Amino acid sequence: MAKREAYSKLMEEIHAGKFVYTGELEPEKIGDMEEVIEGAKKLVGHVVAANVTDIPQSFAYMNSLAPSYMIQEIAGLEAVCQMTCRDRNRLAMFADLLAAGALGIKNILALTGDHPSLGDQPEAKPVFDLDSASLTALIRKITDEGIDLNGHEIEHPPKFHVGVAINPGAVPLEPEILKLERKEAIGAEFAQTQVVFEIESAKEFMKAIKHVKVPTLIGIFPLKSFKIGQWMNNFVPGVTIPPNLLDQLKELKKIEDKPRRKEKIAEMNVEYFGEIIKEIRKTTQAAGCHIMAVKWEELIPQLIEVAGR
Amino acid sequence: MIIPKQMPLEKILKTIEGIENILVVGCDGCSGIYQVGGIKQAETLATLIKMHRQLNNEPGEIRHTIVLRQCDQQLVATTLRPQMENIDALLSLACGVGPQTLIDVFPDHKILTAVDTFGMGGKDRELGHFFEYCSGCGDCLLNDTGGICPMTRCPKALVNGPCGGMLDGKCEVGDYKNDCAWFLIYERLKKLGQLDKFKKYREPRDWRVAQSPRKLEI
Repeated sequence: MAKREAYSKLMEEIHAGKFVYTGELEPEKIGDMEEVIEGAKKLVGHVVAANVTDIPQSFAYMNSLAPSYMIQEIAGLEAVCQMTCRDRNRLAMFADLLAAGALGIKNILALTGDHPSLGDQPEAKPVFDLDSASLTALIRKITDEGIDLNGHEIEHPPKFHVGVAINPGAVPLEPEILKLERKEAIGAEFAQTQVVFEIESAKEFMKAIKHVKVPTLIGIFPLKSFKIGQWMNNFVPGVTIPPNLLDQLKELKKIEDKPRRKEKIAEMNVEYFGEIIKEIRKTTQAAGCHIMAVKWEELIPQLIEVAGR
Repeated sequence: MIIPKQMPLEKILKTIEGIENILVVGCDGCSGIYQVGGIKQAETLATLIKMHRQLNNEPGEIRHTIVLRQCDQQLVATTLRPQMENIDALLSLACGVGPQTLIDVFPDHKILTAVDTFGMGGKDRELGHFFEYCSGCGDCLLNDTGGICPMTRCPKALVNGPCGGMLDGKCEVGDYKNDCAWFLIYERLKKLGQLDKFKKYREPRDWRVAQSPRKLEI
């Protein structure tokens, strides 16, 4: 497939063959955007863009569209606006895509979204009129043909790059890869993976998707505490944290002085994940890494210093 | 068949509070076969209501009966008309279709239900479990998905599954106890040598065919 034109910095860098870094910002249950914008400011110059989450894990938080716009406008950081299909039908998704275009958003991550029963409003009615594949198809129609799902023309159609998610820890892996092939055929332009904690699993996964020509960013999730590590190990599908990493965190938990403990945990993360990213960069065809250091933005430049660009 | 579940007795008693003469109406269709609303269950419910009324010195007569299929207006009319003397309310033990058919036939009576309806499915007799298999969406996908319905068995009703919530073939909804419908579809299509059907992209559904209320001319 011929390379499409690049409308965003993220896609420019991917097309240029750079090893790209993206970050992640999470607007929570909060009535202002100060924290997200401050987080974005810390990421400028270190990552090319940052994902803005869309009601992650079905917790009733702020949407992704408004903060995506604000981080671009105020912090000068390009957004990867996440869009899930959980809460909106095709009319509302399309309406938000037009608004996103008008607000200068260029990258959309098309996600199906977690089921509402996992979040803090489990009584909610799930929508899922579209799914990550049909949302990808809709974005392609808007961008490539300037039309909606039913072929109606859009005035001044926006141009987007559409990314998708994939889970290297999926068991079994085959349907996950077939799904990526399905989305490649529809026109997904990049993929971000669920978190990876071991270099071997990253390598094996990249080998398994070698035939798929969708630039893929490996997901990295620095661990702030033993508790978070344990939680991820137990409750996030397909995520296994190596026991030695958990042991290290457990050991560091014993440090009583809080600032020192934080510093040591940061050092450990920089060393551990810095090496993994370096190895991914040197030995796999990955297009980059997506580093989910939410509210821990200062870690990212340190990680990149170890991993290199 | 349609999966029925009798409401808790306290809820039923609250529903019929203040209504004197009641005819408990079982249904020998799905509800009777599943022993939720058959003649025995109608008799038991009528007896329990009578006992409650006697204990509380409440007036009224409670009778019970059964209709072969409460979803058939003619059967309802011919079976129940001779039994309606002095009856203030009909208490249905059929699925949600039953009480609404009763209203069509007896528009001047109070019509109440003692059943919560869970949709269409099958039963594992050994375990005594009901499984919902069909949501009557009006545009069957089974020929394309290895005979497994994602509209019903996937909590997100995805046509391009599985989602990221599948682990070891189980679904994130319900704490990984239930099968992921799209994993079952994958396994079945793989066995049939039809993984191309799994991989292909399916357009979003046309929900007009599922638009309620639906009417079918036969």
